[in-house]
Amino acid sequence: MYAFLARRLLATIPVLAIVAVLVFLMLRLTPGDPAAILAGDAANTEQIAQIRAGLGLDRPVPVQFMIWLGNMLSGDLGESFYYKMKVTALIGQRIEPTLSLAALTIAIAVLTAVPLGVLAAWRFGGWFDRALMGFAVMGFSVPVFVLAYILIWIVSLKLGWLPVQGYRRIADGFGPWLQHLILPSITLSVIYIALIARVTRASVLETLGEDYIRTARAKGLREARVLVRHALANAAVPIATIIGIGIALLIGGVVVTESVYAIPGLGRLTVDAVLARDFPTIQGVILLFSLFYVLINLLVDLSYVILDPRIRY
Amino acid sequence: MSAVLEVRDLAIALPAGSDRSHAVSRVSFTVTSGEIVCLVGESGSGKSVIAQGIMGLLPKGLPVTAGTILLEGENITHAPPERLRALRAARMSMVFQEPMTALNPVMTCGEQIEEVLREHAALGPAERRAKILAILREVSLPDPERIVAAYPHQLSGGQRQRIMIAMALVLEPALLIADEPTTALDVTTQAQILRLIADLQSRHGTGVLFITHDFGVVAEIAHRVAVLRLGELVELGTKQDVLTRPQHAYTRMLIGSVPSLRPRTRQADANAPVVLSTHGLGKTYRDRSWFGKRRDVRAADDVTLEIRRGQTLGIVGESGSGKSTVARCVVRLIDPTEGDIRLSGQDIARLGAAALRPLRRKVQIVFQDPYRSLNPRRTVEEAVIEGPLNYGVPRREALERARRLMELVRMDPAVLARYPHQFSGGQRQRICIARALAMEPELLIADEAVSALDVSVQAQVLELLEEIRERLSLAMLFITHDLRVAAQICDQVAVMSQGRVVEYGPAASVFGAPRHEYTRALFDAAPGRGFEFAAA
Repeated sequence: MYAFLARRLLATIPVLAIVAVLVFLMLRLTPGDPAAILAGDAANTEQIAQIRAGLGLDRPVPVQFMIWLGNMLSGDLGESFYYKMKVTALIGQRIEPTLSLAALTIAIAVLTAVPLGVLAAWRFGGWFDRALMGFAVMGFSVPVFVLAYILIWIVSLKLGWLPVQGYRRIADGFGPWLQHLILPSITLSVIYIALIARVTRASVLETLGEDYIRTARAKGLREARVLVRHALANAAVPIATIIGIGIALLIGGVVVTESVYAIPGLGRLTVDAVLARDFPTIQGVILLFSLFYVLINLLVDLSYVILDPRIRY
Repeated sequence: MSAVLEVRDLAIALPAGSDRSHAVSRVSFTVTSGEIVCLVGESGSGKSVIAQGIMGLLPKGLPVTAGTILLEGENITHAPPERLRALRAARMSMVFQEPMTALNPVMTCGEQIEEVLREHAALGPAERRAKILAILREVSLPDPERIVAAYPHQLSGGQRQRIMIAMALVLEPALLIADEPTTALDVTTQAQILRLIADLQSRHGTGVLFITHDFGVVAEIAHRVAVLRLGELVELGTKQDVLTRPQHAYTRMLIGSVPSLRPRTRQADANAPVVLSTHGLGKTYRDRSWFGKRRDVRAADDVTLEIRRGQTLGIVGESGSGKSTVARCVVRLIDPTEGDIRLSGQDIARLGAAALRPLRRKVQIVFQDPYRSLNPRRTVEEAVIEGPLNYGVPRREALERARRLMELVRMDPAVLARYPHQFSGGQRQRICIARALAMEPELLIADEAVSALDVSVQAQVLELLEEIRERLSLAMLFITHDLRVAAQICDQVAVMSQGRVVEYGPAASVFGAPRHEYTRALFDAAPGRGFEFAAA
């Protein structure tokens, strides 16, 4: 078990190294000159060259890579071309809104989707099951930004219940924080509710056909206990897997949601950095995301051990 | 003696479009306290449906349409779900066939027994624990403290079935329904579980409804016997009467199909050419992990056997004895780690895939489960001719061969166009045999090929295999856990235990005078060995 943990943590190093090389190379190959963007429309060639030299972009690509790698190993992700501050500090500023949004979204999704999925499996083929599956198809097909604008229009503009946009730090009070986040989280969670509910339903449906469910009923247990302790507990591994995948995918989803709701998180930072060809920031954010993916995967694998005593590493 | 269970004129309907209108009809019997009633029948006879009907666990498509079920005098035929739920485990309990799958794999055994107590008894945690430990001791589980905390996968099949029994009996119900509780177990384990059930029921005066298809088991455990055929009770009487003086023709046929433990006497030609021989054959499974300890499992060890043309060698053993490993090595589905395998004199133990290919035709295998060994999306014809086509036989010729083979296995060649799901288990096994024979093998391996079949069908398939061996002068390797089946078909018998051959010789001498103590234990455990069944 501990050997497994150590091995998996060691394995993150080559993964991150490969990501770093790929990101670095791909950014150098995309068209667009950060120096030209920084210099603005009025600048002449010499000014641009000067800015380029200042950023170190005039040196050969391998040299640039070695410098960046050296800095990174000492924990320095470099300085943003555009914001003129350390990338680590920049990420530090922007990480709270994103984590808040992601955590609230996944909490809403899991707490809604799992019970819905279990009920649908229990009443397989009934009206509830069909309604949920219909909702799932809709949840998959309506784009996040469309849903976001519809919700803003109804809840914020027509009913005036919640603020339209923006973000409050959790340090400024839980109430305002939640008020600003609830709508974006619901918007973002719809697709994950659809995804997790479907997988829960399929997985519970399968376990409901198992012999131990018959045993549980023959023991005279209440149906709720049969469903939760016997069916759901045995269906938990695929559900945990899909939740893990959901969390990872969520990072992609926040880019759009943060833009629509004007939340100053990592999603917005990524969009702005790409538009400005702000190489150090893009590299930093992507590295952070890949580290995050690797950790989520590890956590999902570790959750299997808790969920199923037959799984041991 | 009071009636614990009384079933009167019970009828349970089947969904529209089934092969008959009722799963069971006009079934009446009683179980008194302290009595074991065996409900015997082949698959599809409705015996499990009756059990589910009594427990109130019938699926929606199978409603009780007539008759009454009385449990300790209370009419529970159409009792409300809440009442039935309260009676389950408390007054009536059930033990199922598969101890491997009947227990929840993610809960400890202790928790699973405790659940019953929480639901049906008002006991504190300490009392519950004391009761659990007491019942575990009563079902003779070693080290109850450890078992309480163990998960089902950490226990053997026999131990799991003891947990099931403990769970069923912890509240001392008046009625225990045991649905094929020993069918999935090895003979020696089966003997222990049967003894345990008989002990417990006589000690507590429980009435037991014991469902089985095995007349050996009936002879071991029953007080009275009820025989079911296609949902109708054809015979009901004491064990002695039913087994020795069966009245109904169906009962006589069933009992007559039970293979005898006395080996057949057939003079085998000791000079027939050797088709297959193994010498010092071994297979070690190696569990390698980077940091963990290396674990070696010797599945087969120093197995030396010989099969001659026109003769049948039986490998007999319990699960995990290595008998299937040997078969799979011989077919080279898995690679042996030691020893050699000579097929008509040529060592094939270490041949590469390409060199092996032309030889594969010569050895064909028929597996246990006819429901899973045929591809459901291909017709019988495609299944049978695929092998020959692979070896370059022209399609016309392969088809012609398929038609001849269907006649050989006594099926209508017209069925070649159908799909496997349209056949019964026995018919599918005939198709599997035809598929194997289509390759014109020299050695046919039957790996528990009749174990999943009902006795009457089993008898027919055994007869068919015998006839085919005779007509085609095949060498046959017959793998089975069933001593009765082995006695009927084998010329030579090898008894395997823990990967090793412990006894090997002509069937007559192995069965007549077993020398190894394991062989003797195996014979002692064979259910109904001391019982003289009525002749067919």
